[in-house]
Amino acid sequence: MKSGGKYIVVGGGLAGLMTTIRLAEAGCRVEIFSIVPCRRSHSVCAQGGINASVNTKGEGDSPQIHFEETIYGGDFLANQPMVKGMCEAAPEIVYMFDRWGVAFNRTADGQIDFRRFGGTKFHRTAYAGATTGQQLMYALDEQVRRFEAGGLVKRYEGWEFLSCVLDDTQTSRGIVAIDLVTLEIRAFRADAVILCTGGVGMIFGRSTNSTICTGSAAGAVFKQGVWYANGEFIQVHPTAIPGEDKNRLMSEAIRGEGGRVWTLKDGKPWYFLEEMYPKYGNLVPRDIASRAIFKVCRELKLGIDGKDLVYLDISHLDPKALDAKLGGVIEIYEKFVGEDPKKVPMRVFPSVHYTMGGIYVDDQQATNLPGIFAAGEADYQYHGANRLGANSLLSCIYGGELAAKRAIQYVQSLQHTASETNSKFFDQELRRQREANDRFLRSRGSGNPYLLWEEMAKWMTDHVTVVRENKKIKATDEKLLELTERLGRVSLDDISNWANQALMFTRELENMLVIARVIALGALARNESRGAHYKPEFPERNDKEWLKTTVAKWAPKGIELSFEKVDTSLITPRERKY
Amino acid sequence: MERDIVILKVKRQQRSETKPYWEEFHLKYRPYMNVITCLQEIQKNPRTFDGRRTTPVTWEQSCLEEVCGSCSMVINGRVRQACSALVDQLGAPITLEPMTKFPVLRDLVVNRKSIFENFKGVKAWVETDETSGPGPRISPELAEKRYQLSKCMSCGCCMDACPQVNDRSDFIGPAAINQVRLFNTHPIGAELKKDRLLALMGEGGIEDCGNAQNCVKVCPKGIPLVTSIIETNRELTVGLLHLLKK
Repeated sequence: MKSGGKYIVVGGGLAGLMTTIRLAEAGCRVEIFSIVPCRRSHSVCAQGGINASVNTKGEGDSPQIHFEETIYGGDFLANQPMVKGMCEAAPEIVYMFDRWGVAFNRTADGQIDFRRFGGTKFHRTAYAGATTGQQLMYALDEQVRRFEAGGLVKRYEGWEFLSCVLDDTQTSRGIVAIDLVTLEIRAFRADAVILCTGGVGMIFGRSTNSTICTGSAAGAVFKQGVWYANGEFIQVHPTAIPGEDKNRLMSEAIRGEGGRVWTLKDGKPWYFLEEMYPKYGNLVPRDIASRAIFKVCRELKLGIDGKDLVYLDISHLDPKALDAKLGGVIEIYEKFVGEDPKKVPMRVFPSVHYTMGGIYVDDQQATNLPGIFAAGEADYQYHGANRLGANSLLSCIYGGELAAKRAIQYVQSLQHTASETNSKFFDQELRRQREANDRFLRSRGSGNPYLLWEEMAKWMTDHVTVVRENKKIKATDEKLLELTERLGRVSLDDISNWANQALMFTRELENMLVIARVIALGALARNESRGAHYKPEFPERNDKEWLKTTVAKWAPKGIELSFEKVDTSLITPRERKY
Repeated sequence: MERDIVILKVKRQQRSETKPYWEEFHLKYRPYMNVITCLQEIQKNPRTFDGRRTTPVTWEQSCLEEVCGSCSMVINGRVRQACSALVDQLGAPITLEPMTKFPVLRDLVVNRKSIFENFKGVKAWVETDETSGPGPRISPELAEKRYQLSKCMSCGCCMDACPQVNDRSDFIGPAAINQVRLFNTHPIGAELKKDRLLALMGEGGIEDCGNAQNCVKVCPKGIPLVTSIIETNRELTVGLLHLLKK
């Protein structure tokens, strides 16, 4: 293609900004769309760090071991060559951030310091206090600002993606988005669209995610024909402060720095993770730690005061070192609970945390529809059935770099550009989106969208998280269908055409309900236990039948599931035992 | 403190150009409530204390753990983050108002684009042509100092509390000056030092600081903003002398 093409990145978190930078470096024109100013994206919440096997501590760590542990930690469900590429790229990724001035914690001789995280015995995690995600985000945001000043990048902050514009060959030629203040709906032409729209925590109501993590964009394109993979794999993080508005993450770094999990048994502290898993102790992977805490609280009824709570204890550690290494999380606990964790053990419980599944992409971040790419938590590619701590920031950056590269190749091979596409396709999509807004604004039923959302979230949290039973998942899916029907009869308490948040929330909820069904149906189908997906009826992993990627497709009659072989060409699957 | 009802008074405004007005809400008290959970409660049944139907309150939020900077508003007269404003620690009634130094879009939502424009203006980034390998070695002390400065979440509280930021002045405000210090203390970032200091000269620059020191008192992240202003001002003076000598 002649004129360089035009690119749209949706989402201004780590993956979106990384994609933008790589595109701009190649001289491409990029428009970036983000609901919030990029600097406020959910990536800022990542606390603990970013993995890279640089082995500065001489422990014998290597990208190969990082790769093996990531595959093992993910219970062999990830496509192996992809993960290998990511682990090999990791050291250079951390160096890149170092060059851009990220205030990583340092060793005495001025090198980047590394700490321990779950699922490994090596010091592999680079970190900036306990707000690593925030610090990496800022570095990327600053670099994007450079390109903005140079005119290659244009930001649309405060705009929400509504859909892609597909032509008659199901090729994406741009997007339709809405200005969240003026509610102006506009079509934007683009030769390639890269979706970096994050996870779906809001489907579960209270999670560790930001309230913008609805998965709405994924739901919207799913209904347009983009496939969604491994939806059933939702990570529940073992240690969060339960809250009414959200559950606040207490980083795995706390255990990486020596924090211990316990509860009282026969009047004495019982360090159950250390007893159950002597090799890894408190640093077993997240799915395993979460199940152990569930068992202690629900089965053995040994939670603190009989409640769904256990202790996470750092009161035995050096308070000065804690401030330097974990200041950010300690501050969160102090602010939101009002107690000093350096003196009093914290009270925590597992919480929905990360979306391993996501938009289906090939080995170069391309979706099944030409012109649409995905990266970051929005895609499904790098974490298999369970993500290891400190691999998420890494996968965002690696996926973003790859997506940019692939999108450029794709655009160069195009015969016709989006600027030549018949405007009727844009007009059609604009009309469809305006009608969707009008439908909700005019609806005069009895339901309140926020109450419907709470109902959906409760069903999903109760039945489709740590312990899953087919009967209850089935009932949940029926409930989701009922809620979808009731959504057609809501009444918005706000019908204004200016900064109408109720309208936008209702539109997001419509998409959340779709992805919620994808999650539930995937969980229902998968009759085995693997990583974060655990069914007491089928407690073992079953490679013969289920070493497969779940691929969900939108069909006229509803959602169809198919299954695809996992690429296990590099490491032979073996039993996962910590 | 024992209470059954939380009284919330919210300053509302339909659009940028319309007049503000107050509405009062009475909510059932629950332990561990914060301002966000109060506003969420109103979304589910938007009625004023006397049972009148109204629209849900419009506000900005995202992370709810005081790291994104979205939910800045004026709570009981003080600008801060709504997510960390715990009902138990607030006096009664609770008043919510939009920030005062940024244009109101609707209710508690304001337009804070100027913060990011200011960051762009002072070149708050590290410019490097290197494409591989680690950056320069940095002592743990410098890394720790820079980390404290780098926690700024561009929430705008410091600007809102600053008397020098107002309709009649172009003062760039403490956040951007802190960014200048952050990047000037990085070995490679320092290469743009002169550009950044020049951006702080003249009208609306660092000289407009009136030393009220409100910024450091309201910063939710405890960033030493006054020190940042003093240090940067000193650099500017030294830099100017240096230029004059040439």
